[in-house]
Amino acid sequence: MSGAAIEMSAVLALLGVAVLALVLSRREQATAIVYGATLVISVIALGNAAMRLIGDPAGVSDLVLPFGLPWLGAHFHLDALAGFFLVVINLGGAIASLYALGYGRHESAPHRVLPFFPAFLAGMNMVVMAADAFSFLFSWEFMSLVSWALVMSHHREADNARAGYVYLVMASLGTLALLLAFGLLAGPQGAYGFAAIKAGTHDPAISALVLALMLLGAGSKAGLVPLHVWLPLAHPAAPSHVSALMSGVMTKVAVYAFIRVVFDLIGQTSWWMSAVILLLGGITAVLGILQAMLEKDLKRLLAYSTIENIGIIFVGLGLALAFRGSGMGVAAALAFTGALFHVVNHSLFKSLLFMGAGAVLTATGERDMEKLGGLIHRMPQTSLAFLAGCLAISALPPLNGFVSEWLAFQAVLQSPQLPDWGLKILVPAIGGLMALTAALVAATFVKTLGIAFLGRPRSEAAERAKEVDMFSLTALFLLAGLCLIGGILPGLVIDALQPLSQALVGSRLPLQSAEPWLSIAPIAETRSSYDGMLVFVFIAVSAAAAAYLIHRLASRAVRRGPAWGCGFPEYSPVAQYSGASFAQPIRRIFATLVLGASETVTMPPPGDTAPARLTVVVVDPIWTKLYLPVTGAIGWTAERLNRLQFLTIRQYLSLVFGALITLLLVLALWP
Amino acid sequence: MALILDLLVQGSQMALVLALAPLLTGFVRKVKARLTRRQGASIIQPYRDLLRLLRKEVVLAQNASWLFRSAPYLIFATTWVAAALVPTFATGLYFSWTADLIALVALLGSARFYQALAGMDVGTSFGGIGSSREVMIASFAEPAMLLTVFTVALVAGSTQLSTIAEVMSSSHVGLRVSLGMALFAMIMVAIAENARIPVDNPATHLELTMVHEAMILEYSGRHLALIEFAASLKLLLYCSLIACIFMPWSLASAEAGPVAYLVGGVVYLGKLVLLGFALAVFETAIAKMRVFRVPQFLGAALMLSLLGTLLLFVSRTL
Repeated sequence: MSGAAIEMSAVLALLGVAVLALVLSRREQATAIVYGATLVISVIALGNAAMRLIGDPAGVSDLVLPFGLPWLGAHFHLDALAGFFLVVINLGGAIASLYALGYGRHESAPHRVLPFFPAFLAGMNMVVMAADAFSFLFSWEFMSLVSWALVMSHHREADNARAGYVYLVMASLGTLALLLAFGLLAGPQGAYGFAAIKAGTHDPAISALVLALMLLGAGSKAGLVPLHVWLPLAHPAAPSHVSALMSGVMTKVAVYAFIRVVFDLIGQTSWWMSAVILLLGGITAVLGILQAMLEKDLKRLLAYSTIENIGIIFVGLGLALAFRGSGMGVAAALAFTGALFHVVNHSLFKSLLFMGAGAVLTATGERDMEKLGGLIHRMPQTSLAFLAGCLAISALPPLNGFVSEWLAFQAVLQSPQLPDWGLKILVPAIGGLMALTAALVAATFVKTLGIAFLGRPRSEAAERAKEVDMFSLTALFLLAGLCLIGGILPGLVIDALQPLSQALVGSRLPLQSAEPWLSIAPIAETRSSYDGMLVFVFIAVSAAAAAYLIHRLASRAVRRGPAWGCGFPEYSPVAQYSGASFAQPIRRIFATLVLGASETVTMPPPGDTAPARLTVVVVDPIWTKLYLPVTGAIGWTAERLNRLQFLTIRQYLSLVFGALITLLLVLALWP
Repeated sequence: MALILDLLVQGSQMALVLALAPLLTGFVRKVKARLTRRQGASIIQPYRDLLRLLRKEVVLAQNASWLFRSAPYLIFATTWVAAALVPTFATGLYFSWTADLIALVALLGSARFYQALAGMDVGTSFGGIGSSREVMIASFAEPAMLLTVFTVALVAGSTQLSTIAEVMSSSHVGLRVSLGMALFAMIMVAIAENARIPVDNPATHLELTMVHEAMILEYSGRHLALIEFAASLKLLLYCSLIACIFMPWSLASAEAGPVAYLVGGVVYLGKLVLLGFALAVFETAIAKMRVFRVPQFLGAALMLSLLGTLLLFVSRTL
């Protein structure tokens, strides 16, 4: 069986599990059966995709199935790009299934989750496999609708219905944009197969329009500003293992769609296109992380941070497109590799963090960080894994997040050779935004870990928390381990990505596994090099040596005593720093300008013993300036059109008559 | 044989930074004391302090977790690794390619990450205030530092410190506007990162405006010794970094032999004395600023470094 056939059999099997789940869902054992099955199928699909990526990167395996458009059939293919994204999807899917074997037992409405989870995995696999516009759009819409059903699984909770509604509207808008994009690419002959689209040439105006539509369609699914508003509502609303998949993996499917069309299908691009992508990416990164910093809901904070990471990926893609357009092959390969590396990394650490948040939710029932605290004592293993995730996402060596960040910075340093002045001025500014983002990410995750896991418990629920089950912990540590491996053996990942780089930007980086001591040197060692393995060994050895020598030679005595409470005996946990107070300096400095944050203090009059109140208001300017006017206009129009429902029969007849005449006139006058 | 020699030189650099760091701190303190007409403690007082702290027992807060206990070792280790990778007396050391300037900034970032977390572990408002302000300062200092790195890397065509030092000491670099901006930005960042006046005051933790000392208030004994040691190492690191990039004279190259190493070492000591003296004079002459003025101070550094980078994008010769 060819690679594509195995992959599609896996999809079919997943759909079969979905049907089975529909039958079984009210039974006790359904959770174990469904997640066990998805785990096995995902592992098989993962192995198949990885074999393709490593074993035969240049080959393409095709499969035509007899449905879809009657004259075309449904085309599916497995090439290096699809193989890479299938690895990301099925790795995420396998670990989410493993996690859900434990986490899913606490699900209050399993019949609303179990049938859709395998279908969601199948949908994402299908999008990446699709090789013609019809199958692609069908799979895309399938994936969107199934994930909508998962977002709505707890539909009675306060905000979830609204989240589902906003998500549905944005997903429809995205699909509409994709539909138009493929229509333009196919042209009047209706060449809907990807191979035919790629073989054809496209007018520059058409290419520009397709890019805009892709930014709208793929960008809205990925969470690119200003189309991100649904993401922080919808991702946290789903059960945590689904949140992990939506944030860690589904956004990557959108990145795949963008790469497939813009890098693979369009062909030539001009420099201002990359400038647009760069600008959107930079703004997305900074806005996303600022909103994450100010958020107090643990899962929503992670969703905002997803927006930030998507921004970084798009900056990498924009740079790659700019370098490719200017014929700077190695630099393009560097930027493209950095972006794809970040795709892998983000799928790993964001899944880890969402699953950690899910563990906290299971243990305490709380998502509000202001009611957590002190979990490190009651859930030490979850805390350790969550710490690894925080270190990785904050781009700290020796974990994986740093490597992709490092590659992105190296790519920025290649850009003075770009010929276009617009890019020359834009790229250093984007580099500055990325540096700012990196620092704010670290601040945000100090806050996340510090408020939710450290300190003293701020509520009874946090005080009674217990460590979660073995399945969840295994999944968490598996992801943490992968984050570490990606960080200390980056050369392996970079080498695995080179066939994609060769195929899509036409150039590749030198073989990294030939470098001594497992270091990476994307261009030349005198220019830049980094060795995650040695950094890890150095840190581990010097920390261990210091600890050993000090305990051996100096002192190992420990005494416990009360913390210094500034002279107050027994002061309450409420007096600790809260998330809001931790974020206050950054809120004052950055968010008053960008997000219109304001705070008002209401003091009771003298003599009154009522408490003073501090109210902080943060608004998303995009929601108020862009979405509210648009929805207002739609509402206004609908209100006016509403009159059409209350006409008399004569008025209806004249309306129909008038419409008919107008249409005929248009037809007659059409050139 | 050559490998053993290389490793020996690398090892001696690691030991050198460890041995010199408290001395530099002591020297700065002594000069500051003399400038304010005080006698001041002996220049080797920091060594005595460290030894005394190491031998004392640790008093842990009741609520302290494993993170609080392991953080000092991690902070010390990351700072030491970072400090050992900056060329001091010679370039091109055996492991110099392990981490470039960007990785160096990130290593210091991870030390700060552990420190800020440790500040929040016990759950007192003092630790929280320190951590919160530390990350606020870092949100300016880190991008400013990275952009400075960009400027330097664009001039030298590399982010490797050894290559940068070689390019900088060659004749065709000369005086440049962009490098001047980078130097000013890096000095401002160094002052903020090392918790010196006017951003923070290293001499006290009894004021509410303190940042670094507020984070480590709950530490004692060997833990405190390690954190103090890491702070000295960080000061030495920034001095070495400024010396290596902006005063790269008499740095021995990799295979230069013992005499050149010796010359490099003596000149390095001279540079440290110079920078330490300048720091002491600056700190004595200026007053500490309010916390919410710090963003303006560091914002200036950020703008300078961004301008430096932009200039190099406009023309490679500026």
